[in-house]
Amino acid sequence: MSTLFEQIGGEGAVDAAVDIFYRKVLSDDSISHFFETTDMEAQHAKQKAFLTMAFGGPNNYTGTDMRTAHAPLVAKGLNESHFNAVAGHLQATLEELNVPENLIAEVMAIAGSTKDDVLGL
Amino acid sequence: MPTITYQGKAYSTEPDETVLSTLRRNGVLVPYSCGAGACHTCMLHCQKGEVTERSQKDIKPALKSLNYFLACQCTPESDIEIALPDDEDVYISARCVEKKQLSPTVWRFRLEAAVPIFYHAGQFVNLKNEADWLRSYSLASLPAEDEHLEIQVRRMPEGQMSHWLIDDFDVGMHVELEGPNGHCIYTDGEPEKPILMVGTGTGLAPLFGILRDALHQGHSGEIHLYHGVRTADELYLHSNLIELAERHNNVHYHACVSGDDVPNDMQSGRAADVAMNHHPDLKGWRLFLCGAPEMVKTMRKNAFLAGASMADISADAFTLTSGDAE
Repeated sequence: MSTLFEQIGGEGAVDAAVDIFYRKVLSDDSISHFFETTDMEAQHAKQKAFLTMAFGGPNNYTGTDMRTAHAPLVAKGLNESHFNAVAGHLQATLEELNVPENLIAEVMAIAGSTKDDVLGL
Repeated sequence: MPTITYQGKAYSTEPDETVLSTLRRNGVLVPYSCGAGACHTCMLHCQKGEVTERSQKDIKPALKSLNYFLACQCTPESDIEIALPDDEDVYISARCVEKKQLSPTVWRFRLEAAVPIFYHAGQFVNLKNEADWLRSYSLASLPAEDEHLEIQVRRMPEGQMSHWLIDDFDVGMHVELEGPNGHCIYTDGEPEKPILMVGTGTGLAPLFGILRDALHQGHSGEIHLYHGVRTADELYLHSNLIELAERHNNVHYHACVSGDDVPNDMQSGRAADVAMNHHPDLKGWRLFLCGAPEMVKTMRKNAFLAGASMADISADAFTLTSGDAE
């Protein structure tokens, strides 16, 4: 029985998705101000790490890590609408890559499970 | 079991233990985050010995060729000596063998290091004088073609070091030099990929080296170089670049003047804007961005949004040392 990560295509899938996903996020005016940074490469790497986790891949992030990482953004007004916008771009990316619906649903469930930690709820 | 040497101390590894685990087991603090090879926070530099293929799998070609690797993915098979990416090496003495003014504000210096340093075009060196003033300068020279190290220095409005170099430093004098550093370099493997180069002011220095390096390595893809200045008299390599473009079919030089007085045969506007106008689709392009930090930041983002992949964008931002006003 293969894992979600294996089924979705592992690291190759992450590589194919990250540029598409990151471009969508940067082009969305409702959330782009949360992504203002001088270090785009580091941010790109974070997106890669996020997608790896969402695809069921290996990662060592805990709920506390997610909370701590997003706390400064929560202080700047990060709320559910922003979270939903990012989740929407993740879904759109997977649809663009023709990922089967059942796998998309599994990925969205994992992403959704981070909501409370990301929003500091 | 292999030994890892870090900051002068040797650590023996356990079977199947990663470099990151070994260091942490010994209480050595190095940056890390995801532990899965995705975030690249744990990137280290291997100074001696060989790292595993797995630990370099996903990193940029330039970093790979310079022996950078991911500590959380590396189980060394033999002894290695490692360091943090920006750990400084030893300073060596360098003598000025040539000094020439190239424009109202830019001077060329050629330096002979006491010990030859092995570098790639586009890397930079740290220069230190007797007053202990320390600044970074990108190399414009190409090891294969230039006997000495070349830097191109712009007189910065309140620049301590640039004023010292231009007004006081002269042929025959010495300066301390450390390097090479940085990874804004040409790597082979994709000779037909189109290249876009954008440089403002003396950002042209590393680009001049990288461009000649690409040609030396037989790059056949189109290369478009945009040099951005405020006034046309600051196009300090204008004739060199015209000549290079004449000699090589695939090289295209675009002089961009952002001020009011723009000669007929030049582009009006900022180099990055002109470049984006000429090339709205950058999918499959390799980029080199050097000079003003604002230009580098904006251009990197615009290029990425225009289709260039993040791994294909190399940059060298000339951040100012506090005390030097722009």
